[in-house]
Amino acid sequence: MKQAEEILQILKANFPDSNLELKTDQPTEPILVASPLEIDKLSMFLRDSSELLFDSLMNLSGVDEIKANLLSVYYHLESTKLKHKITLKVSTDRNKPEVSTVTEVWKGADWHEREAYDLFGIIFLNHPDLRRILMPYDWDAGYPLRKDYENPEFYQGMKVPY
Amino acid sequence: MGFLDSEFTDGNIVITKAEDLLNWARLSSLWQVSFGLACCAIEMMATSASHYDFDRFGVIPRPSPRQADIIIISGTVTLKMATRIKRLYEQMPDPKYIISMGSCSNCGGPYWEHGYHVLKGVDRVIPVDVYVPGCPPRPEALLEGLLKLQEKIRNESMIKKTA
Amino acid sequence: MSQESSLNTKSSAIRTEEMVLNMGPQHPSTHGVLRLELALEGEIITNVIPHIGYLHRCFEKHCEAMTYPQIVPYTDRMDYLAPMGNEFGYAIAMEKLLGIQVPERVDYIRVIMAELQRISSHLVALGTYGADIGAFTPFLYCFRDREKILSLFEMTCGARLLYNYIWVGGLSHDLHPDFVRKTREFIKEFRPNLKEVNDLLSHNRIFIDRTANVGILPVDTAINYGVSGPNLRGSGIKWDVRKEDPYSVYHKFDYDIPVGEGKYGTVGDSWDRYYVRVLEMEESCKIVEQALDQLPEGDVQSAIPKRIKPPIGHVYSRVENPRGDLGYFIISDGSTSPYRVKVRAPSFVSMQIMNELCKGYMVADVVTILGSIDIVLGEIDR
Repeated sequence: MKQAEEILQILKANFPDSNLELKTDQPTEPILVASPLEIDKLSMFLRDSSELLFDSLMNLSGVDEIKANLLSVYYHLESTKLKHKITLKVSTDRNKPEVSTVTEVWKGADWHEREAYDLFGIIFLNHPDLRRILMPYDWDAGYPLRKDYENPEFYQGMKVPY
Repeated sequence: MGFLDSEFTDGNIVITKAEDLLNWARLSSLWQVSFGLACCAIEMMATSASHYDFDRFGVIPRPSPRQADIIIISGTVTLKMATRIKRLYEQMPDPKYIISMGSCSNCGGPYWEHGYHVLKGVDRVIPVDVYVPGCPPRPEALLEGLLKLQEKIRNESMIKKTA
Repeated sequence: MSQESSLNTKSSAIRTEEMVLNMGPQHPSTHGVLRLELALEGEIITNVIPHIGYLHRCFEKHCEAMTYPQIVPYTDRMDYLAPMGNEFGYAIAMEKLLGIQVPERVDYIRVIMAELQRISSHLVALGTYGADIGAFTPFLYCFRDREKILSLFEMTCGARLLYNYIWVGGLSHDLHPDFVRKTREFIKEFRPNLKEVNDLLSHNRIFIDRTANVGILPVDTAINYGVSGPNLRGSGIKWDVRKEDPYSVYHKFDYDIPVGEGKYGTVGDSWDRYYVRVLEMEESCKIVEQALDQLPEGDVQSAIPKRIKPPIGHVYSRVENPRGDLGYFIISDGSTSPYRVKVRAPSFVSMQIMNELCKGYMVADVVTILGSIDIVLGEIDR
């Protein structure tokens, strides 16, 4: 059982070049902010390090932070063996949203990442099968959960608005 | 008026119009496509199960649309599903009837405003005979919907197509 | 090749034709609107690609447009076999963010409702599972008992299926004066009925032959995929959010976490996953009985906030739903509606293992495996 500060220290010792930051000003759990292109290496270490053993990805969610012109991804990790948890966050430019995939680390990330791609348009680099998942494959009106999304008037001849 | 009301008192003879006979046969054995969409499908299942017993109205679930007379659209129709529902409907042989069950398939229901992927009413793709309101409708409401449909079939004419 | 089909046809010296078979979206045993793209080598499955999204009802978009109390009815409509569990999860998450302590009576009633809901949800899972693989009678037996639970809920809040009962900070109604007596009666009636289902289905030779040793899920794979709930416990690991990450008043009750033991086959096969659900119903009965015994008095609406305006921040909280670990991730920007809500739906995660489980089995086993992981499409697509 480790606290977020200890996890940060372990990560800093192993990834000295990384830009890691712990945000503790939250009302609930703290967030560990990492860099979007390093998240795969970081995750692999988090899973395999004998002190951490984060073997389960509880949740992965995309968030549109339109005011900061960013798209973010939150990872909620848990260790079923050591019973500790951590929240990771990566942010990427809204115009070129690219994040490394973690499907190699946790297979369950596959559909979560496809969902984030489908609804936010976040590109997960090296994802094995990055297609739309919930929306139709031929949906070309954009990414519905972005804050500036506008629904089309028609889809395949069917009127969409009420 | 019931079909057997015009029965002769002695002897098993019933005099009726061919149209009435056909309608009576149709409305008494409405086979349904066993096809559920969302929450309403659970209520539809409950209607078919032991407590409400859909079978007593002659409604038997059939897995294939080609053997079915009625389709109950039980739940939210999304844009991705709408084309498939249209195809299912087209696969059914005539005469075919549709019950739209629940607010979602009537008009979009709670998803009418922000549902970017919800079709606001199944009647935008296929014609509906009976609308059953509710979110979800109780099994009794679905039974009532079926009785309404039977009434509609009873008054159908072979010459004039009503729907 | 179009984006829709990602199956490649193999080429080798001796060529066998690989056949692609579509199952769904309209199929009697896909439990809703799911499409499976099966790649077959004769009768043997080489690959399964699930296509989901046929019931995508934009839950997360609705959350961003609604105020916090308005979201509760929408949470009902995600996992429509266990709406009480969904509301419970949402209420717990919001209370964690707002720092609300609810009265003890509220906690007890919530637990009673969630456990009754677990029984009713598992009854549907069992009944439809039997019906899927050819045993229709248990379906009728299960729905008979489920109707009794639904009438208990109806007595409490007026709705049969989608309740809007558990609110942030409290409940919409207090219990009906007859509720405690009727629930006790139900539990008393239900136990022998459960044995009946066991006799009809669980230990039926035909059923065992269809399910044992089919779709074996090893523990490591399950954890790596994030599978939870009865599917994970069927693989023989004692892992339950109610014990691991206790919420509400679950720590006050004495109950067991059943796990798969491989009684008729290998640990983690379809029969194990099925039987864990049967055993869980018995445990839920125990919890309900204890909660009814200890039920404290109090006002169920005293802690409901007049206006919900949480601080800026985020919360992740989870509960054990009948289908597994249901998580809510809520980001608040300080206004009366959330900035972002993401739901970690247990079925969404469990559905991903289909390919892993089905490979090498026959086409007929797809139905067995799909039924054993007990999915609800409303929750997968949201």
